[in-house]
Amino acid sequence: MPRNLAALRLQMESALAGRVPAPFTYRDRKIVEAVSAGIPEIDSLTGGLPRGSLTEICGPSCSGRTSLLISALASRTADAEACAFIDGDDAFDPHSAAAAGVELGQLLWARCRNIEQALRATDLLLQGGGFGMVALDLGDIPAETVRCVPLNVWFRFRRAVEDTATIFVVVEQEPHAKTCASLVLRMEAEVGNWSKASGGRATEFFQWPHAVLFDGFVIRAEMARSRVKAAGMGLGGGFAFDAADEAAIFGTAVTDEFKLKLLRRG
Amino acid sequence: MSFGCIYVPNFMVQAVVRSEPALRERAVALVDGTAPVWSVVGVNEEGARAGIARGMTKSQAQQFCEIEIRHRSRAQEKAAHAALLDLGWSVSPRVEDTAADTIVVDLAGLNSLFGQDGKIAAHLAERAWGLGLIAQIAVASKIDVAILAARGYAGVTVIAEGEEAKILGSLPVGVLSPSAEVLETLERWAVRTCEALAALPVLPLSERLGQEGVRLQALTQGQSEHAFVVAEPEIHFEEEMELDDAVEELEPLSFLLGRLLDQLCARLEARSLAACTIRMKFELDSGFEAEVEGVNRSAVSPRLRERSSTATSTVSSPAIKIGETPFGSPQDESTPQKATIAAPRLPKIYERLLSLPVAMRDSKMLLKLVRLHLQTEPPRAPISKIFLAADAARPRVSQGGLFLSGSPDPEKLELTLARLANLVSDLYVGSPELMDTYRPREFRMRRFAALQDQKARPPENRASTEHSSKTKQETQKPKTGFRVFRPALRAKVDLRNGCPARIGFQGKVGRVVAASGPWRSSGDWWREDGWNSDEWDLEVEFSSALYSRQHGFYRIYFDSIHRMWFVRGAYD
Repeated sequence: MPRNLAALRLQMESALAGRVPAPFTYRDRKIVEAVSAGIPEIDSLTGGLPRGSLTEICGPSCSGRTSLLISALASRTADAEACAFIDGDDAFDPHSAAAAGVELGQLLWARCRNIEQALRATDLLLQGGGFGMVALDLGDIPAETVRCVPLNVWFRFRRAVEDTATIFVVVEQEPHAKTCASLVLRMEAEVGNWSKASGGRATEFFQWPHAVLFDGFVIRAEMARSRVKAAGMGLGGGFAFDAADEAAIFGTAVTDEFKLKLLRRG
Repeated sequence: MSFGCIYVPNFMVQAVVRSEPALRERAVALVDGTAPVWSVVGVNEEGARAGIARGMTKSQAQQFCEIEIRHRSRAQEKAAHAALLDLGWSVSPRVEDTAADTIVVDLAGLNSLFGQDGKIAAHLAERAWGLGLIAQIAVASKIDVAILAARGYAGVTVIAEGEEAKILGSLPVGVLSPSAEVLETLERWAVRTCEALAALPVLPLSERLGQEGVRLQALTQGQSEHAFVVAEPEIHFEEEMELDDAVEELEPLSFLLGRLLDQLCARLEARSLAACTIRMKFELDSGFEAEVEGVNRSAVSPRLRERSSTATSTVSSPAIKIGETPFGSPQDESTPQKATIAAPRLPKIYERLLSLPVAMRDSKMLLKLVRLHLQTEPPRAPISKIFLAADAARPRVSQGGLFLSGSPDPEKLELTLARLANLVSDLYVGSPELMDTYRPREFRMRRFAALQDQKARPPENRASTEHSSKTKQETQKPKTGFRVFRPALRAKVDLRNGCPARIGFQGKVGRVVAASGPWRSSGDWWREDGWNSDEWDLEVEFSSALYSRQHGFYRIYFDSIHRMWFVRGAYD
């Protein structure tokens, strides 16, 4: 029986020698490159979307999830990266995506009809590799259905993108990937922006509806979880994974939030 | 100047063994002829050691233990000959097509590329093995000497200039391919080797055997002059395989396809080319049609009935009349004269074309693509013959860049796309392309080709890309995304002063808080799918407490043709 903690530690280290190189030391800090999400407010909130990680964008319908996703896609395709979009319920609108700046030629769109197809298509694309961003849209699939996805599927996805340059984004109503997600963003819409065609903010909608224009809506974004620590963004910058902070971050729910105004497409 | 001769001994057998590498170590006998009189026309070394000789009947050959008997395949011989020519063209453009089992390659100028003649010959032997052929190779300064040495000696033989007569001397006169009459005469004279023939005086030899005797003697002395006839290089790559037993399932078929693709890719590699298209042609078993015809009169197994019913989908002329029950119903049995059913006429040939956006010659990758391609629409009947052809193209040459964004590997991407197409249908995978029309939300799908798009972009370094993207971000404000309901959702809308006041869809009802519209659009009135709609943007507040989200932003429209309200999608 070891007499003190140091002796116990030594005994354990010798027992694990050859299998675990350094059981009582923290892992080396893993530098994670992050790229712009296409919306400066989101970038300043999260530090960008981390590569080689799973990012969840959650929220109910009409909460700005798709707006954030297509902004990120526009940002990646603008950098000549090939992106893949797995559409869980065939809801993607190429027109609004093109208006947001997505290079449609750089986008692979897989139109699935159910969640099984979407998950299998995602697996194929992640295992195939080479995409700058792979987006899985489960936004219209009921949360009860997505909840039935086994956790090992998310682990498999996370393992597939680890140590790659792929950003894996999942859009859904509630977060389901648990600890597999490196970044979780909650989205919520607030008020709509309506303006008069002649200028100014509209108040009377039903008297002259044709004189009113829908200008978009204000959304609120909350960073519910982040396993990466911001250390700057862009070339030469990145995020450092800090194992010591992990428990603390997981213990807290909402860390920060930001409001931004989305404009209706032109 | 030197010439290399590549000779494939037991060519007929090797052509068959090339498609079945497992037979290499076994005794093989080839039979040919008209049924039921099959006779042995070819036998490999192991078979000859076992005691099988040419001319035996098939039943005689079957008496031997552990003998693999195969039918002679002219298609495979043709493919093997093409592979032999590809072997020659892999090192030199000057190749003579001497015989089905023999080619001669002009080796002039190759020493700087491959080294000395011996190295070239060894290199050719290695490549021949890669193509599935065991070749005998000889290099000499004269064409005929090289041919005789290749036919006479196993392995690689290099004959220095001036030593032709000495090297050829020990060969039997049979390698000179004399006529049967001359060979018999030489046998009577006890002239069995080339050396003995070369030693005979020319004049008496001419008097007794005529000009053929003189020609044969000149061959043995290495003095014969043979004009080199250059063969025109071909770029057709075809492989065929006739099957003794028709294949029904895709799994065993893929094994056969794999062998053929291995051979095709080896030939393409020998020519430094790659395949841009794979053409597949399958000859379907005609016995299946007779089988189907037979079961019309008797009880039908469910499996066959299913196959037959699917087979009718490819019939070119309607074989089964409307209102008649096709297979063995009680009505058919009771009144056979009324049910005048023609047997389903299946197409004899089933063809598929696999177009590859990127030229490739990885046989394993190609096999996966071919399998996925066939899985989408498999052949309707057992396959009795396989024909594969590859259209050749220059292989893809790409130079990676430090500052270029990564993109999927084209070969892997093609495989992934094929798998996706298999999963969700090829109409549902690709890149969207906006249509030049006023029809709302109109687009079409086209093939995803990220590589070409990336190539088309002007080269720019990473730093400038970052800068330009930042500039874009600064100037471009985020736009609202839109989610489309496909198909559009039926809605019930209450109007107040012509403006939507309440809306119900998907089982929920909401109060319209704000509305903008109507925005009228119409078009294609001359077509059946013309449209005429009044669109509205709505902000809806749902009254039910069940929904955590109270507000929603929707695009709805009133279809003036069908007089109904629909929800086109949601702003998200």
